[in-house]
Amino acid sequence: MSVQNLKCKECGTTYDLGAHFACESCFGPLEVAYDHSALDPAEVKRKIQAGSQGIWRYADFLPFDGRPGDPLEPGFTPLLKADRLAERLGLEAEVWIKNDAANPTHSFKDRVVAVAVAKARELGFETVACASTGNLANAVAAHAAAAGLDSYVFVPSNLEEQKLLATGVYGTNLVGVRGNYDDVNRLCTQLAETRPWAFVNVNLRPFYAEGSKTLAYETAEQLGWQLPDRVVCPIASGSLFTKVGRGFQEWLDIGLLEGELPVFNGAQAQGCSPVATAFAEGWDVCKPQRPETIAKSLAIGDPADGPYAVEQARRTGGAIDAVSDGEIRDAIRLLAETTGIFTETAGGVTVGVLRKLAERGEIGAGERVVVYITGEGLKTLDATRDSFQMHEIDPALESFEAEFTQEVAV
Amino acid sequence: MPVTVKIPTQLRAATDGEAELEVSGATVGEVLDAVFEAHDGLRERITQDGDLRRFVNVYVAGEDIRFQDGLATAIDDGAEVTILPAVAGG
Repeated sequence: MSVQNLKCKECGTTYDLGAHFACESCFGPLEVAYDHSALDPAEVKRKIQAGSQGIWRYADFLPFDGRPGDPLEPGFTPLLKADRLAERLGLEAEVWIKNDAANPTHSFKDRVVAVAVAKARELGFETVACASTGNLANAVAAHAAAAGLDSYVFVPSNLEEQKLLATGVYGTNLVGVRGNYDDVNRLCTQLAETRPWAFVNVNLRPFYAEGSKTLAYETAEQLGWQLPDRVVCPIASGSLFTKVGRGFQEWLDIGLLEGELPVFNGAQAQGCSPVATAFAEGWDVCKPQRPETIAKSLAIGDPADGPYAVEQARRTGGAIDAVSDGEIRDAIRLLAETTGIFTETAGGVTVGVLRKLAERGEIGAGERVVVYITGEGLKTLDATRDSFQMHEIDPALESFEAEFTQEVAV
Repeated sequence: MPVTVKIPTQLRAATDGEAELEVSGATVGEVLDAVFEAHDGLRERITQDGDLRRFVNVYVAGEDIRFQDGLATAIDDGAEVTILPAVAGG
C-alpha cells in the first residue's frame, strides 16, 4: 500500500487519512503522503497500460488502497498537437493542447471531484458539498447524483447562467451566495465545522487536490512516457498548478520518467491576479484581491496554494503572467480558429499567456510546450458574444449572392 | 469593550474545547493578545515573529482584515472576530 497519511506542508506534522485539511500546529495545508519505494517502474507502467481509460488507471498514485468504484470516471482526455496555433504565434516549438473540457461535466474539476467523492463514500459521508466558481459546482452535482449522494453546492449568485443551469439540472441543492467566491469559501469553511458533510474543497481538500496529478500522468503517458519542456497552466487557487508539478515529480522520483521538471508558466486574469502579483513583486505570500474579471472560474482573490505556485514557478525557471479581459476574448478566438477547440474564459487566460510568452520570445525553437485547457466554451458564452457577425439572408439564391458578391466569384 | 472571538475546530485543543471566547480590545492585535493571555498555546499556532502565520485568515464582521488595517483594524463594540484556516477552496 503506497498511501501513508496526511502531512502538513509547512511543519511536517502527520495526521490520519480522515477529513482533515489544516494543521492544528500551524494551520498549514495537509497533503497526502505516499511511500512509492516498493513500486517497480516497469510493473507500474504495465499496470497503467492495462488499466481503465480514465483517471483510475493511476490508482497507485491516488489516496486509496485499491481502485474505488466510479460510475462517472473522468480523464484520458485528448492531447492534441496544435501546429496551426504554433504557426500563428510564430513559434518553432511543438505546441500541444491538453483538452480537459472533454470530461463528463466539461472541465478538469471532474478529476478532483471523482477522487473526493470516492473518499467521501469510503469515509461514510452521505452528503457532499463545495464552494465553487462554477465548474466545480457542475462536477459535484453530477458526481453526487451518479453516486446517489445528497449534495449542496455554494456559488456566487452572479455566476454565468450556463454554469448555474448545468448545475441545477442534476438535482442538487444549489445555493447562490450574495458575495464573491472568497465570501462563499469563508462561509463553507464555517459550515464545514458544524455540518456532517464532505466539503470536497474544504475538509476533503487534501484528497480532492490529488486528482489534479492525473493531468500530469496523462500528459507524460500521451507524450510517450516523456516530459514536456514547458507547461502553461491556469492559476485560481494554485492547486492544479502545483499538483501537476507534483505528479511529474512523483514519476521522476520512481524512475518512470527521466529528465527534470518542465518550466512552469502560470496564467491569471489581470482582474484577479494575486499570484502573478506576488511573483512579480517577489513576495512569498499573496495579498488578497477583490476579483473583477470575465474569467470567473479563476476569480479567487485569496488563493490557498498561491505561495506554493509562486515557489514552483521560480524553482522551474518559469513565471506567472496575467492577461486583460480583451486578451482573454481574443485568445478564445485564436484557439478556436486554429485548433477547433472552443474553451471558456479560463482557457482564454491560458492561451493569452501562451501568446504573451511567444511575443516575449521566451519559447525556444524545438521546445515541447503543453497548454492546459481546463474548461468548455459553452459555459461562458457571453465572452464570445459580439465577436463576429452572422450573415442574415432570405431563403433565395439572389439574397445569398447579394450578401456574398465578392466572396463567391464564379 | 467586549468582543466575541470564534475559534476554529483545529485550535480548540488549545482553548479547552471552547468554540467562542469573550475578550476585550480596541484592535484585532489587542483582541488576539487578550486571547493569547487566556490560552497561551494559541500564540505559536497562529503567529510567527509577531505576525499572523501565512495560512491564517482573520475576519472582523465577515471582512478579511487584510482588506482593512491588518492587526491594527479597529473593532466596534460587540463585533465578532473569526479565525479560520486559509487553505480551503479552489
